Amino acid sequence: MSTVSPQLPGGAGDPDGGAAGADALTVDAIDISYRVRGRDLVTVRDVSFRIGRGESYGLVGESGSGKSTIALAVVRYLARNGRVSRGGIAIDGRDVLAMSSGELRKLRQNTVSMVYQEPGKALNPTIRVGRQVAEVFELAGLKRPEALERSREMLEKVRISDPEGVMKRYPHQLSGGMLQRVVIAMALAAEPSLLILDEPTTALDATVEAEVLDLISALRTEFETSLLFISHNLAVIAKMCDRVGVLYAGELMEEGPAREVFDDPRNPYTVGLLRCIPRRGTAKNQDTLDTIPGFPPGPGEIQQGCVFAGRCGLVEDRCRQEAPPLYAVDAPSGRARQSRCHFHERAQTPPRVVKPQREDGAAANGAGLGEVLVSAADVSKTFHMEGQTIHGLVDVNVEVRAGETLGLVGESGSGKTTLARVLLGLTPPDKGATLAIEGSALPDNARARTRDQRKALQIVFQNPDSALNRRHSIRRLLSRALDKLGGYKGEALAKRLRALLVEVRVAERYLPMRPAQLSGGLKQRVAIARAFAGDPKIVVCDEPTSALDVSVQAAILNLLNDLQRREQVSYLFISHDLGVVRYLSDRIAVLYLGRIMELGTAEQVFNAPHHPYTEALLSAVPTLEPGGAAARERIKLEGEIPSAANPPTGCVFHTRCPRFLGDVCVNTEPPLAEAEPGHAIRCHIPLEELRRLQATEVTVAGAGD
Amino acid sequence: MIAFILKRLGLALITLWILSLIVFFAGQVLPGDPARAILGPLAAQQAVDALRHQLGLDQSIWSQYWHWISHFVQGHPGTSYQYQSAIGPILTSALGRSLKLAVLAFIIVVPLSIFAGIVAALNVGRPIDRAISVLGLSGTTVPEFVSGIILILIFAVGLSILPVSAQAPTGASFLTQIKYLILPAIPLVLILFGYIMRMARAGTVEALESDYARTATLKGLPRGVMIRRHVLRNSLLPTITVIATQTGYLIGGLVVVETLFRYPGLGQLVAQAATNKDFPMLEAGVLTIGLVYMLVTLIADIVFSLLNPRIRLSAVE
Repeated sequence: MSTVSPQLPGGAGDPDGGAAGADALTVDAIDISYRVRGRDLVTVRDVSFRIGRGESYGLVGESGSGKSTIALAVVRYLARNGRVSRGGIAIDGRDVLAMSSGELRKLRQNTVSMVYQEPGKALNPTIRVGRQVAEVFELAGLKRPEALERSREMLEKVRISDPEGVMKRYPHQLSGGMLQRVVIAMALAAEPSLLILDEPTTALDATVEAEVLDLISALRTEFETSLLFISHNLAVIAKMCDRVGVLYAGELMEEGPAREVFDDPRNPYTVGLLRCIPRRGTAKNQDTLDTIPGFPPGPGEIQQGCVFAGRCGLVEDRCRQEAPPLYAVDAPSGRARQSRCHFHERAQTPPRVVKPQREDGAAANGAGLGEVLVSAADVSKTFHMEGQTIHGLVDVNVEVRAGETLGLVGESGSGKTTLARVLLGLTPPDKGATLAIEGSALPDNARARTRDQRKALQIVFQNPDSALNRRHSIRRLLSRALDKLGGYKGEALAKRLRALLVEVRVAERYLPMRPAQLSGGLKQRVAIARAFAGDPKIVVCDEPTSALDVSVQAAILNLLNDLQRREQVSYLFISHDLGVVRYLSDRIAVLYLGRIMELGTAEQVFNAPHHPYTEALLSAVPTLEPGGAAARERIKLEGEIPSAANPPTGCVFHTRCPRFLGDVCVNTEPPLAEAEPGHAIRCHIPLEELRRLQATEVTVAGAGD
Repeated sequence: MIAFILKRLGLALITLWILSLIVFFAGQVLPGDPARAILGPLAAQQAVDALRHQLGLDQSIWSQYWHWISHFVQGHPGTSYQYQSAIGPILTSALGRSLKLAVLAFIIVVPLSIFAGIVAALNVGRPIDRAISVLGLSGTTVPEFVSGIILILIFAVGLSILPVSAQAPTGASFLTQIKYLILPAIPLVLILFGYIMRMARAGTVEALESDYARTATLKGLPRGVMIRRHVLRNSLLPTITVIATQTGYLIGGLVVVETLFRYPGLGQLVAQAATNKDFPMLEAGVLTIGLVYMLVTLIADIVFSLLNPRIRLSAVE
């Protein structure tokens, strides 16, 4: 077995790393290129970093930045046309790139494991879970019964309460959170020295994500494993990692201790990225999000100068001529930091792209208190599937006022999308529901609605790829919407089309193109334009930014905000991202198992006192605020989200409630009662008691370990 | 699982019933009078009328259908006009011969095409993949009568190592029978090879690119074990369905091959019945083909669900 001792150029190591033994991972000035149509496209350029023993290193970046490519190169699982064309990779001091296939297999068996985004796909659907975990032990030479026994122990270690039961199951019978635990168990079974996690919690709900992240932290200490943690979510990286590398267009832009980099960034790209994210407690009338203009370059597009120069607010001629090296940054803490910017000394405050627009608080609130536009009263929705009765919505009452945004928050299966579909007339509610728009009755079925009513209610979907007909040009897509919804014809249509494009900031040159030729952000702008073609009164936005990168998300949120201010349109805004919901919403409804648990203004819902479920949801989300994670003890939720086919008795949240009272919660479902003006909570605990409980830092039962 | 099979069986019965309706009424709208066809153009009208009465052709269409289907269900498919004898025995022996040919073709083509599909998938984009794909597609696009004639010219006429006719002399041994059937089976193999191979290839490519295959590889499993344990089972599921749907073709669509090789199978029987306006034979033949097709599809569905826990377990709950 060949052994090398790679050295990083400039010796840019972390002084805390220690010298004993080889690093868990050394990536030394690698280029990764893909051969496409006879040409080598370099997607990752000159990336170096090292992960010390027991260290946790994060790689952040937007899609296409090359973070997953690097991870796959480390385990030598690049696509067949991809290769590491320069530099070296060493795990535990051993050169990965020079290994024979047998050595590589041994390495994968013993030394490095990987966990990735969708746990449902990572397991073989036709083999029982127990067998799949046991396989790892069998590879290590154990006999089947012994391997199964060790698997059982391993599943216990990832806090699965019924390991025997889980082992007998097939992947499709387990929830996403449970599956990710199984995958983690499998990855740690061989006690690897390096664990690579590629977006391990992106597909999971907030409370489940929090549990999985806690589990990873605990196991990392227990198994003394080093982590390479890849995520687009800066807050998750800040929570999980000691050091972080920020990737852009295949280059490492900045590197250093994670908290320091996010609190005090020294590269214009990092600064821009952070400015795109709505910080907790920021609302649309207080601050406009900044964006990063333009698009990331394609592989090999930039031959000269800094890769970020085209989008950078600090750009000077030098940046276009001379590619910046990784400069050592002189940070106050004295710890090693690097930034790929000629002007890193003044990179902390590049000029803003979007001028901050502060509105008069009073005026904004006044706008929020318009007439009731759409109301849904006593809405229940029961689904009958394969002999099961699923209560999708139970007795929901909501109003959306003119010009306001009502945010819908809840984990998957909480009924957010069902409620939106009921309002749109796509899913008829159970008998007894009353829908109304501007005071007049709104039929349950979209077909029975008048044209004006259909025009008034529009939707923007999560995934613009499937929402836009890929065979039609943008011109045709929008013209059709203007014709069918707006009733525009001929010259009037052409005029309105141009105006619409200006409103959503899509250049006219995109009109002849088809959706596939557009970037994700542009596609979503077209989808928004389509929704606005008929001058709607209310637009349902179902996770409109969750498929987008943060810099694009910021631009879309700003666009929605602008449109609302100009057109006085209302939004029903669905998102799992609490920061985004907080930013855009005037009022928020929190759903759990089809019931509204809490309803109030954004401030009321986000600040204590609030419903224990809201409290847990908020505390589950990692934040970027300085010291945020340390200051708050996370409220842990026990167990899984119950099935809507078989909801708990009494208060549906009692099985997981951190503020559980006793029999009253088990036996009686509390009403959604107005606790203070405009703020309703479905809980047996009185508001004053909640205020007292939530004001003090209480270590909640179950968090003692 | 039982409920699942019963449900499928019920659906199959309904399909067969609809098929019987279509076959029966299609027979009615075909031009020409069976009695006239039997007796010839010179027969007296009275004789024709008498035969019509004897055959029940003067009754209402619904009572004719009822008469036919109720007897068919009891195992009496009626009397053939052209042979003037019970259809049952003629049909069963023809079906038996067709099955023999079909089974032989299957035994050759299924393992061969699946193996080729997997080899192609494991070498995606490489010359061997291209070669297999091109060969498979060309085989599929050459009609049976073309490949059949070429084969006859080479192996029967030129080299004289295989007989021209598919029908072995009566009393021939099992091996001799197979020797006679090899030549007619090859055109079928050529046609089916392309379909099944493409499906096996596509399924394997998809499974190889899946996240679970990556998990298995990154566990450090040897490639062979990874492919056997994690790829094949998932990749061959869709192939099973394709094989089942091709059965219909193999059982009833053999007209060309059976005629070319003078093999008195079901395809030839049905084709003859159609030309001679032998409606009872035609109806019984088509219904039999439908029955075999349903049966094979049902078996394929059961095998599919046995291999796929997603379906197997949801059927239990």
